[in-house]
Amino acid sequence: MNADPEVVLEARGLTRRFGTRVAVDHVDLAVRRGEVFGCLGPNGSGKSTLMRMLLGLLEPSGGDASVLGYEIPTDAEKLRPHVGYMTQRFSLYEELTVRENLEFAAEVFGIPRSGLRDLIEATIVDYGLVDHADTRAEALSGGYKQRLSLAATTVHAPKLLVLDEPTAGVDPQSRREFWEQLFELAAAGTTLFVSTHYMDEAVRCHRLAILRDGRRVAQGRPRDLLHALAGRVIDVETERPEEAIAALRQTPLVASTTQIGDSVHVLLEADAPDAAIASEELVRDLVRAGFRGASARPGGAQLEDVFVALLHDESAGGDS
Amino acid sequence: MGRFLASLRRTLAMARKELRQLQRDRLTLGMIVGIPTLQLVLFGYAINLDVRHVPTAVIDRANSSLSRKLIGEFEETQTFAIEQFITSEAAAIRLLEGGRIGAVIVIPSDFDRRLYRGRGALISIMADASDPTVASAVTLAGQGFARALALRMQPATAGRAALRPAPDDHARFGATSDLVRPEPVQVEVLPFYNPERRTPVFIVPGLVGVILTMTMMLMTALAVVRERERGTFEFLIATPVRRSEVMVGKILPYLVVGHIQVGLVLGLGVLLFDVPIRGSLLDLGVGALPFLASMLAMGLVISAASRNQFQAMQMSFFFFLPSMLLSGFMFPFEAMPVAARWIGELLPLTHFLRIVRGVVLKGATIDVLWTDVVAIAVFFTVALIVATATFRKRLA
Repeated sequence: MNADPEVVLEARGLTRRFGTRVAVDHVDLAVRRGEVFGCLGPNGSGKSTLMRMLLGLLEPSGGDASVLGYEIPTDAEKLRPHVGYMTQRFSLYEELTVRENLEFAAEVFGIPRSGLRDLIEATIVDYGLVDHADTRAEALSGGYKQRLSLAATTVHAPKLLVLDEPTAGVDPQSRREFWEQLFELAAAGTTLFVSTHYMDEAVRCHRLAILRDGRRVAQGRPRDLLHALAGRVIDVETERPEEAIAALRQTPLVASTTQIGDSVHVLLEADAPDAAIASEELVRDLVRAGFRGASARPGGAQLEDVFVALLHDESAGGDS
Repeated sequence: MGRFLASLRRTLAMARKELRQLQRDRLTLGMIVGIPTLQLVLFGYAINLDVRHVPTAVIDRANSSLSRKLIGEFEETQTFAIEQFITSEAAAIRLLEGGRIGAVIVIPSDFDRRLYRGRGALISIMADASDPTVASAVTLAGQGFARALALRMQPATAGRAALRPAPDDHARFGATSDLVRPEPVQVEVLPFYNPERRTPVFIVPGLVGVILTMTMMLMTALAVVRERERGTFEFLIATPVRRSEVMVGKILPYLVVGHIQVGLVLGLGVLLFDVPIRGSLLDLGVGALPFLASMLAMGLVISAASRNQFQAMQMSFFFFLPSMLLSGFMFPFEAMPVAARWIGELLPLTHFLRIVRGVVLKGATIDVLWTDVVAIAVFFTVALIVATATFRKRLA
């Protein structure tokens, strides 16, 4: 079915309705072997539902998918041994210790008995769980629970790893370490499909799909998505930034504003002139409004701008 | 005042929320109506301590027109329902041990002769006294029967030790004029298995079954639904584990628990109530294993069908109630109307009670109880299939 043999996960018009609400709306995706593919979107944008459908845990209302060559949802059970799924909420057994949870995972995934013991001890070391191997999961901190979850979902060396907001509620240091581990897995040939609502994590992905209200509103390399916004971003320096924002919003050129400390990050309308020209216009407007020390220059787009632009341009009826 | 009003508002808001939740929970709504209705109907019909239609076998060694008339009279009392004719005491014991029969009427071969010669004919009733209620009913009926017979035979001299047959009773019993001074027909009740008719002796083995029904079913009833509530379900269904494996895997550990409970209740019964254990524990184990499994499977059916632990508990209760009322635990099986007995036959507890009472109180071996073992095994198989089919490796 796949023209490109490197595509290991493909969604074709996947749709899921809950009653009248459409949680996932005709989503197409193609994830290639060995890449870290991000799925970015706010809460309720349909990320979890999409993942559950791709794993065959939830019947689609429409569309289908093929994952690692298996047709979903029909062949979902055949797919199981080859994927690891880390749920958003901790889904291992609280009453069991770290080692017991890993043993359970290894056993249900059919790891041969002979190598099981060694594999588990190695996993405990790899994921830095040595000091907590005999601690019950319920007594672990968020960061350790997350490590245990990842360890349990990778113990059978899956070809595809699906991670649903794995770093939600975890401190920055743990997040960094976690992502290092993800890239190690990718380097070893595992394909990763990971959802997040952290922009800094999304930027690190090889490729990215952005979901909003159940629809895939963008897909591509983060760099390309940012590049599309070149010339639409301006950084404004001014006194009284809160008041300046009010003035800037009156200008037809401005799509959105974000205060960052003493400066204002401005996203221009899609049909606005290039940032270099627009900067001068904005300064002129500000000075006229009484902000005499205002200055502006074209800035670098951030993933958040991509997000805001998608949201804004659509509601404005524009198309960029 | 303001504080009080604010509190009242919060309280009412809370109540409204609860009410809304309840409105949207159809199962709970059903239970609100269902449980009292069921209770009323079951209690109303099943609590009938006036034991009637005790399944009865007859050993008619006289086999005369007189003995057949006597059997007819026994049946007219409505306490006895003559179901079969057998020829030996050994067969009688088998039937009593299997719990199929509550009483055996034995008419001796010299019945006619003794009646005519005025020696007094002795009729024995072997009664299953493991259930004291049945035993007393049979005794009462037997004594009443003999008295009524005597009165009819010589109404004028009632109260005297030796009774003469009245003319009409001569005709009734085919007595001829040479029948002079006949002794009345005597009815002797032989209580089997629990001669002192002590209730604990009867109740304790039954309690084994009742307690196991409740505990086993609840353990598994909460098993699947707990996974769902705690989120572990999503991890579990994303693994290659099969549905039947989940089911059986959840049953196995509780089989051990169940056997421990059997031992515990029986042990306490022996210690505290002097319950005699007449049969072999091995036979009991053979009967207990399928019963435990069937209750655990029933729990899984409930668990796979319910959405939260509360629902699971309620549905367990919904099954538990008829088990207790219609199995013969609370009320003698014989005393229940036919429809209730049919439902009772569908419940594993009914069959397990026959097994546990048979083995413990009557020293029965499993070969006279095998139909009950089979019935339980069938229930288990059906329940396991239904549970597996109901359990889906899907969310929502």
